[in-house]
Amino acid sequence: MQRMSKKLLLKNANVPGIRQYDVYRREGGYVGVEKALKMQPEAIVEEVKKSGLRGRGGAGFPTGMKWSFLAKPEGVPRYLVCNADESEPGTFKDRYLMEFIPHLLIEGMIIASYALGSNNSYIYIRGEYDWVADILQEAIAEAKQNGWLGKNIQGSGFDCEMYVQRGAGAYICGEETALLESLEGKRGNPRIKPPFPAIKGLWGCPTVVNNVETIAAVVPIINEGGEAYAQIGVGKSTGTKLISACGNINKPGVYEIDMTISVEEFIYSDEYCGGIPNGKRLKACIPGGSSVPILPANLLLTTAKGEKRMMNYESLSDGGFASGSMMGSGGFIVLDEDQCIVRHTYTLARFYRHESCGQCSPCREGTGWMEKILLNIEKGKGKISDIDLLWDIQRKIEGNTICPLGDAAAWPVAAAIRHFRDEFEWHVNNPDKCLTENYGLRHYADAIHVPA
Amino acid sequence: MITFSKDKLDQVAEIISHYPEGKQKSALLPVLHIAQNEFGGWLDVPVMDYVASLLKLEPIEVYEVASFYSMYNLKPVGKHVFEVCQTGPCMLNGSDDIIDYIKQKLNIGVGETTTDGLFTLKTVECLGACGYAPMMQLGKTYREHLTKEKVDAIVEECTQISLTP
Repeated sequence: MQRMSKKLLLKNANVPGIRQYDVYRREGGYVGVEKALKMQPEAIVEEVKKSGLRGRGGAGFPTGMKWSFLAKPEGVPRYLVCNADESEPGTFKDRYLMEFIPHLLIEGMIIASYALGSNNSYIYIRGEYDWVADILQEAIAEAKQNGWLGKNIQGSGFDCEMYVQRGAGAYICGEETALLESLEGKRGNPRIKPPFPAIKGLWGCPTVVNNVETIAAVVPIINEGGEAYAQIGVGKSTGTKLISACGNINKPGVYEIDMTISVEEFIYSDEYCGGIPNGKRLKACIPGGSSVPILPANLLLTTAKGEKRMMNYESLSDGGFASGSMMGSGGFIVLDEDQCIVRHTYTLARFYRHESCGQCSPCREGTGWMEKILLNIEKGKGKISDIDLLWDIQRKIEGNTICPLGDAAAWPVAAAIRHFRDEFEWHVNNPDKCLTENYGLRHYADAIHVPA
Repeated sequence: MITFSKDKLDQVAEIISHYPEGKQKSALLPVLHIAQNEFGGWLDVPVMDYVASLLKLEPIEVYEVASFYSMYNLKPVGKHVFEVCQTGPCMLNGSDDIIDYIKQKLNIGVGETTTDGLFTLKTVECLGACGYAPMMQLGKTYREHLTKEKVDAIVEECTQISLTP
């Protein structure tokens, strides 16, 4: 068994014309479908289980296990739905993949549809990615012309149609049951689970919802085998992960990593982010999309145990929420020494207030309160008790809502207070200064004392 | 009388064919996108009622959806809508300054339209272009790495489009 190369998804992303079918095919495209159609569907699910692939949308749930939960009642259609509603602040990896190498997603969709027995599969893409939806539609038409979609694909007896559906601007539709509601032509209000989509999903039928990157990763898994895929990475962080890096860095963009590099290398190496512009120092970072805890520079680069923090699921979450964060969606947001944590947290709180669907009162009301309090503190109109009030509100949202948007709104506020409370207090105690100056780096990059 | 052209009606029928029999409600979001494009960039009540009749829905089923999603405009907008992202990663890269500059240049506030009906300024939350910040959506396209000079050029470009008959 050969160790696979580091880039699995984007290795051909820069081949001229790769967006077109002919070039994609020439570069080895659709070989995965050919191989898959000769396998039993259950064997494909087994390969995905063996690969250790975890959902790339943010939750990190094992994909093979999710697939194996799909109910298969006689005479009831099953559906595969691709979640391309990418809207988590800091995250723009799926857009890159769909825009530059759309056939990889289509190929993965065909393999997954076959494995799950979905004859009509949908790609639900955020409405703003209008031109990307066009690119996908063209790729689907090309795939169909060449016999990879439609009736009796490649003589296998398997039929599959694929459709692209645009959303219309709602972060919440990235939550899988809200997505299904939206696909049914309704408001994106998340459903109460159980029943899970695997039992009752789209139009009440068994459904699997997977993220774009997850489905694309099925292609190399089938091509090379699940075990070879599992060889890449470390521990339960197998394979490669797309990281979309943004904020105060020299080279923002989408990078495919194999989860064995350190956070420090990712930020400072020229192969990735290329360091921080204008010689500024690192203050903080949200490593996995706006919902995951922000970390000050010292805890970001080194865990509380004093180990180098690595770019993988386990290491990023080392220390739990007390001193760690999460891999999340891979939306990597870097803040330099001149950024204000209060202001940044305020913009995120405003985002979650705007995106709350309004079903659950803790989230509907709480997100608005947090936004207002944060704006007051940011504008020098806050009180010290407001900081405790903020803490209290986020605690009352977390875990008390139907869907994880409540948690996602609570965590950034909680982490900002946990690690940067003195910056909040400085705002309160310096109501005039905070309008013209920033708190700066202070002690946030200082080495942390590790008890022997 | 509000009605789609033959071409658009065919497009609606094609969309409905994506779903199982009787599930034409699923076509609501795509059909509202078409309606907004066809009827002046926003969804007036008669337009929504027309969509409801096309898809055999109650009007309220359309209103509740149209009011939920941020891309549907329930009020008239200018010919060119600047939707500037203001969420965290864009803020880190100066979106506040870009928004202020547009306000000043067009002499309108957020949510307002210029008196000549050419421009509307909206602020929006994360559009998934964080690595190319600051940015705005303009119609079908994203305009990224915005600077004041780029905003000037975009305003000029839109003005030119509006002048050509």
